[in-house]
Amino acid sequence: MCGIIGLLARSDNYRARLGELVTPMVTCMGTRGPDSAGLAVFHTPLENGDRRYGFFHANDQFDWSMFQNDFRSQFDGQSEWRTCESHAALVSSATPVQLKRWLQGSYPAVHLLSVGKSIEVYKDEGHPQQLADRYQFTSLTGSHVIAHTRMATESTVSPAHAHPFTAGEDFCLVHNGSLSNPNSIRRKLQRKGIHFETDNDTEAGCRFLEWRMSEGDTLEEAIEASFSVLDGFYTFLMATADRLVLVRDAFACKPAVVAETDDYVAVASEFRSLAHLPDIESATVFEPLPEEIYSWQL
Amino acid sequence: MATVTQFDLATMTVRELNQYLHHELGEPAIEQVEIANPDGLHSIAAGMDQEVAIEIRGHAGYFTAGMNKLAHVTIHGNVGWSVAENMMSGTVRVKGHASECAGASGQGGLLVIEGNTSSRCGISLKGTDIVVGGSVGHFSAFMAQAGTMVICGDAGHHLGDSLYEATLYVHGSIASLGADACEQPMEPEDLQRVATLLEKAELEYDPASFKRIGSARQLYHWNADAGQEY
Repeated sequence: MCGIIGLLARSDNYRARLGELVTPMVTCMGTRGPDSAGLAVFHTPLENGDRRYGFFHANDQFDWSMFQNDFRSQFDGQSEWRTCESHAALVSSATPVQLKRWLQGSYPAVHLLSVGKSIEVYKDEGHPQQLADRYQFTSLTGSHVIAHTRMATESTVSPAHAHPFTAGEDFCLVHNGSLSNPNSIRRKLQRKGIHFETDNDTEAGCRFLEWRMSEGDTLEEAIEASFSVLDGFYTFLMATADRLVLVRDAFACKPAVVAETDDYVAVASEFRSLAHLPDIESATVFEPLPEEIYSWQL
Repeated sequence: MATVTQFDLATMTVRELNQYLHHELGEPAIEQVEIANPDGLHSIAAGMDQEVAIEIRGHAGYFTAGMNKLAHVTIHGNVGWSVAENMMSGTVRVKGHASECAGASGQGGLLVIEGNTSSRCGISLKGTDIVVGGSVGHFSAFMAQAGTMVICGDAGHHLGDSLYEATLYVHGSIASLGADACEQPMEPEDLQRVATLLEKAELEYDPASFKRIGSARQLYHWNADAGQEY
């Protein structure tokens, strides 16, 4: 099982309502994935070399204010800052290399969830409804979002094993299915110096695609390359700073439904999740074909 | 005058609806049931065991009209996975498109899908007649044992893989045939069979424009010399 959800807003009105629209889509898919959940929302890209950083600490009582003070003494003092339970987000001109080095030295228990000019990630254990309440998903705004509800089958339930998985900058992926060769993919990538945070199959798929892109592939080329490398069943929904991308494996036995209107593109594992979107009656509803790459630009 | 009973899934659960349909239609049976706001919910009107017309107004979810016996169920929209799976008798008509495994393991009755179906339509078919107005996805009629599929559009890859004694008729193109499926000549009884099903489905095509696909029966007996090369 597992549920995947995506929503791309095509108008300012829908960008302002993104969280309100996507939250019922996510909680509805709690039946497919009750043990953990997560989402990645994308904002207007930052300028002037700034980046958004997302952090996670396993203790939801963690003293983020101390972390913040230490961060500010280390990096620029103007960093924009927001915390919510075990998550924190900040905007800074620090580079990822500087920031990771500082984290390793000073806060090794703080996990870097996301890096990019647009991306913001929340993921944790618990029923999707609990997460939506705790992290106030309904108040989110942005251009597009992908989300996941997990029913763990191949690796443990933990916040780090929840989806979305991120790799590189402004790239993340949610997955319904299971890969049968994640270990060999992980070993190959580790030999290239790529760091893994979990033993999860989806992380292997996500890092494989990001590795191909870091070698110069477009996302489409990376996905084409993955067809002969990734073994297993999958529907992958990916997001970058400016688009949603969807692909199903050759057997296409993991579901997906797409609904498109002039105002939005919505993707979900089941139509139930889309059934209450505005104007769904007039939407173009279709099921994506196997090994076809679907991409929707902002 | 037909008695019409209305249900609204916005205000009741599928379980409540199905319990009513299974136990409380009464004698003589209510003749027509209207179901509003299916909204992709699963198992609507599954397990029917009574002759009654059921109209589902909107898109329905998985297992719609599954295990159907005697009832005539129409879905005025799309359906999710496994519509009419394990159907015994009666008719199920989908006005829109159907997702995967439509009519899986069906033993009798008629399933009509006016639009397209996704993959594995008619998988392990055991006697149901399926008429698809549009095209079917890959691995349709996989291991189909008995029954008929009439496909008015195109068929995806591996049509009829490991087919037993079900018969498939295809109007459009076939991306590829599965192992042991082969094209066979259309005999007069095939033309009659296609004509009868098209008429029941209310679709207009020339029966002579269909190709017949059946089993080559080469997989019936294990052949060690084949070395898994089928």
